[in-house]
Amino acid sequence: MNKQVFLELTIEETISKYPFMANYFSDHESTYKKHTISVVDNIANYSEEELEDFAIDVELTISLYYEYFKQTCEFLGIKEEEKVKSLSILPGHNKSLESEEYDELTISQGEIIAIVGPTGSGKSRLLADIEWIADNDTPTGRKILINKEQPDKKWRFSSGNKLVAQLSQNMNFVMDLTVKEFIELHAASRLIEGVDEIVIKILDEANRLAGEAFELDTPITSLSGGQSRALMIADTAILSQSPIVLIDEIENAGIDRKQALKLLIKEEKIVLMATHDPILALMADKRIIIRNGGIDNIINTTENEKAMLSKLEQVDKYLMDKRHQLRQGKILQMEELHVH
Amino acid sequence: MNLITISGPPSSGKTAVIVKTIGALKQRNLKVGVVKFDCLYTDDDIIYKKLDVPVKKGLSGALCPDHYFVSNIEEVVQWGKAQKLDILITESAGLCNRCSPYIKDVKAICVIDNLSGINTPKKIGPMLKAADIVVITKGDIVSQAEREVFASRVRQVNPKAITMNINGLTGQGAFELSTLIYDVADKIDTVKGKELRFSMPAALCSYCLGERRIGEDYQMGNVRKMDLGEINE
Ligand SMILES: Nc1nc2c(ncn2[C@@H]2O[C@H](COP(=O)(O)OP(=O)(O)OP(=O)(O)O)[C@@H](O)[C@H]2O)c(=O)[nH]1
Ligand SMILES: [Mg+2]
Ligand SMILES: [Zn+2]
Repeated sequence: MNKQVFLELTIEETISKYPFMANYFSDHESTYKKHTISVVDNIANYSEEELEDFAIDVELTISLYYEYFKQTCEFLGIKEEEKVKSLSILPGHNKSLESEEYDELTISQGEIIAIVGPTGSGKSRLLADIEWIADNDTPTGRKILINKEQPDKKWRFSSGNKLVAQLSQNMNFVMDLTVKEFIELHAASRLIEGVDEIVIKILDEANRLAGEAFELDTPITSLSGGQSRALMIADTAILSQSPIVLIDEIENAGIDRKQALKLLIKEEKIVLMATHDPILALMADKRIIIRNGGIDNIINTTENEKAMLSKLEQVDKYLMDKRHQLRQGKILQMEELHVH
Repeated sequence: MNLITISGPPSSGKTAVIVKTIGALKQRNLKVGVVKFDCLYTDDDIIYKKLDVPVKKGLSGALCPDHYFVSNIEEVVQWGKAQKLDILITESAGLCNRCSPYIKDVKAICVIDNLSGINTPKKIGPMLKAADIVVITKGDIVSQAEREVFASRVRQVNPKAITMNINGLTGQGAFELSTLIYDVADKIDTVKGKELRFSMPAALCSYCLGERRIGEDYQMGNVRKMDLGEINE
């Protein structure tokens, strides 16, 4: 749509033609009071004094309005072939400027990669390289490709299109909303249609992950640790715009972690997981070993390790059962731990 | 010398972001200095001194810190030049939501935090609307959904800005910001003759001039009355 023609539409016409702009006008209702005339005419109706009072710079206001419309159109029009299907990390160097010795690491949709290494070894830098689409221009000299190609720099700068979503143990809900309102707000920010179904889907998935079920009208700030984590994961899997999800240590309490990873994969995310928990690390297809600021090694999870995973899970379950009994006020019984 | 103006609501993480960014700039052997503008009190100068960079602070006292900023920025620029800085950063406490210290053709950064509530982007006006770069902090303690909602609110107010997430505690994202703020070609010798991006409203009533007594007899100049409707409604 031609800029001039667009700016001449009345607000009513704009909303009927572009329903996603309705949100914009309800959030700016104090500026655009009359919907029967255009944005430009709304502003032209203000006196000098009012412009000063409401801090409206005519030219800037109109250019920001048009920019928002243009970006949102692009954002909603993301085509199938532009979706992130794989991410490649090309080697750079570690803190001592020694080259990283691997050819290229490509991670595809639905794959899980664990990242291991001591604190301060360079895990955050690796993540930052991905988020910033490093192009030999970060301290590690790495290069990132998307779908095997040099990506558009838009990933760096746009707020609507971030590449990486993060989940970590320290994150909390801070808004004063119910579960339903919260999901609706998130969906509205993404201009998504069919919100009601999404709300139900997220609640169902979250309850599948959480030990104890919660309801749509539960305030998010009163959810237990496990329930919060479950809602965050289900919401990120289903509603986050970001194709890559970074998980920073999820604790074992109150949430089915295996199911959580399955959900993320089902929703076609690329999953990176910083962890030292053997159960999580072995669920990954590969693990990246970070040392001295560089990728020191990339290990494919071996058959042997996969076999061991089921044993570790049995030990884990034994421990969880004991914890559960303790919480229920029972006296613990000495039961043999049978590991097959 | 490059000049960078940074503004943002109180405690949004301006100093934390600047400190981490200076770390990255120093790696490139750039000489950085900071001037903090605040209203009544600040300890930020002590934090910057620990980094061993030249620092000055100015307290506006009874004035709006942004008005105070404009009246002093030329002298501050001359100070920066005398210190032979490559980059002069000003940090202004964004206490007055109607004003902002941004100058045309001088890089303007707004620092705003995820904890401040989703209506804050709408409330803080020119400080956010007219910024070139918006830095969002404290993403480490809120959920992914809340970060996305907050960022979308920022985009509604200022879709033109580059928006970045920075963790003020770990510095994640600060290296990236450092690559955006220094430009060798960008030489500022003086700001004389430059213009503010936004006008600052006149503060010209009798109370601006120190009047304390209440009542119509004492109200002169630019006085405006609230519309309370019928008094016994
Ligand atoms: N968790 C967390 N805390 C942060 C982050 N950034 C800053 N903080 C903390 O927030 C508090 C305020 O940060 P400052 O950098 O002093 O904020 P400021 O904007 O400079 O504050 P004034 O100059 O006083 O207006 C400090 O305790 C910081 O450690 C962040 O990204 N995450
Ligand atoms: Mg400060
Ligand atoms: Zn002011």
